[in-house]
Amino acid sequence: MEALTNRVKPVARKKMTLLERMYLPEVLRGMAITFRHIFKKKVTINYPEKTRPFSPVFRGLQILNRDEEGRERCTACGLCAVACPAEAITMEAAERQPGEEHLYREEKYAAKYEINMLRCIFCGLCEEACPKDAIYLSETFAPANYQRKGFIYGKKDLLIPHPKENPEAYAKAKGNRIAQPQGHGNEK
Amino acid sequence: MSEEQKLFKVTIDGVTIEVPAGTTILNAARKIGPEVAPPAMCYYSKLEGSGGKCRTCLVEVAAGSTADPRPMPKLVASCRTNVMDGMVVKNTTSEKVLDARKGVVEFLLINHPLDCPVCDQAGECHLQDLGYEHGAVQTRYEFKRRTFVREDIGPYIQLHMTRCILCYRCVFVADQLTPDRVHGILDRGDHSRISTYISKAIDNPFSGNMIDVCPVGALTDRTFRFKNRVWFLRPLDAHRDCPDCCGKVTLWNRGEEVFRVTARKDPWGEVQSDENGKPEWICNTCRFEKKNISDWVVEGPTKISRHSVISANHYQKEVIPPDPLDKILDGRSPLLLMDIHENSQVNQASVRLDEIEGPATGKTFNGDPHSTGHNPTDTRER
Repeated sequence: MEALTNRVKPVARKKMTLLERMYLPEVLRGMAITFRHIFKKKVTINYPEKTRPFSPVFRGLQILNRDEEGRERCTACGLCAVACPAEAITMEAAERQPGEEHLYREEKYAAKYEINMLRCIFCGLCEEACPKDAIYLSETFAPANYQRKGFIYGKKDLLIPHPKENPEAYAKAKGNRIAQPQGHGNEK
Repeated sequence: MSEEQKLFKVTIDGVTIEVPAGTTILNAARKIGPEVAPPAMCYYSKLEGSGGKCRTCLVEVAAGSTADPRPMPKLVASCRTNVMDGMVVKNTTSEKVLDARKGVVEFLLINHPLDCPVCDQAGECHLQDLGYEHGAVQTRYEFKRRTFVREDIGPYIQLHMTRCILCYRCVFVADQLTPDRVHGILDRGDHSRISTYISKAIDNPFSGNMIDVCPVGALTDRTFRFKNRVWFLRPLDAHRDCPDCCGKVTLWNRGEEVFRVTARKDPWGEVQSDENGKPEWICNTCRFEKKNISDWVVEGPTKISRHSVISANHYQKEVIPPDPLDKILDGRSPLLLMDIHENSQVNQASVRLDEIEGPATGKTFNGDPHSTGHNPTDTRER
């Protein structure tokens, strides 16, 4: 049969010598490599005690943003859900009632907002689609869980802490990733 | 009518077609196809007298006719200009037209609030399509936009005058479809607005059609307000025996819940005509009161252009292959398979959005599934 490539190497079937049959030099050579690595710099770190800095483009767990007065920015426009390639995002919209103006920024808001973290692939398309700067991928991981149902994240898991009532937690959750809100330029 | 109808030869963007005398350039272009048809915001072929207001359908006439081949000095509104024999029209091939259209879009958007994330029309809005295709990226307008308080026209229709582009289509509907007109345009200039005279409620059996003809989100269905985005719904062609109208509609469903009923639309976004050319307007009973799937005979999924965002819902007529797990597990459901509906708070079985009249409130999803809201005070801030 003709060879498909020119990289074919014939197998050597010659008998091993006595030295080779003892395997001792090869064992010692392997041990030498192992010992050399003891003195090398460690590539791992002792996670949770130590953490690595995040890259500026790191995409972690989603957060639902609030404006500077603490009102929810999300208007349940559904663009994140339609942009989501994994179809992880679902929501229910509701109308803002009189007296709720301090809670929600626009006349429509997301009464329920869910991300199925089992489906999410952290691609960041929801963040790009959002016209209201309402969803961001933060610098945290989705924590581990024993059950699948723990990965259905609702609004209480996703909403950023209130910037006035809890400024420290807000700043921590915000991280360094949030750019200045820009809007679409037509909000004069 | 003469026995032999005279045919005029007209060339639009290099495509020649023969149309009967008296056809407008716009209708001739629509006969060729959507590639050459100019966009239209105010013209509605099923409403007499519409057109000539928005100027989005401007085209360049490079040669007036065979008899007089001089070009027309200015761009003309194609919905109001009839074709002549040997006319040469340039639509998208003309730089002048594209530039003018960009200007028109800018003018239409001057007072438009651009609240598409909130607006129920988003996804099927002609102004959105027009702005996407022809508009500029940024506004140059620096002044305060005109705003109006939201108004209820009757129990079912909501008027967001802030979004209106004054196309007069709804006025023509009220004039031509309903026996007595109770709404029209009040005031003039920047203040002009659609309104019912002394806020008189419209309780006319065909008043709901003004929702369908509205090219923007100015007139919207209150029974559908904020319930879902159109691209998450499943459009189905359905019909019923209606004593008042043709009964042929499109249902917009989520699962078995009918969220909205509209008339069927043709490729131009207008109400479909039947085989005799009669527009299939639907009555208010069909539109607002038959929100039960058992009221309707479902024909099948509505054909949606694949360029439309509504096709993002992936509802197609497809054969789903049988799940082999069902056979292997033999009726058992092991714990490792999670039923999403047990844990998800979205699309709860207890909340029937099709049964509540108005928009949902926070309470609807948190314990009081029949609660509905009506917030007349809300207008957009800034």
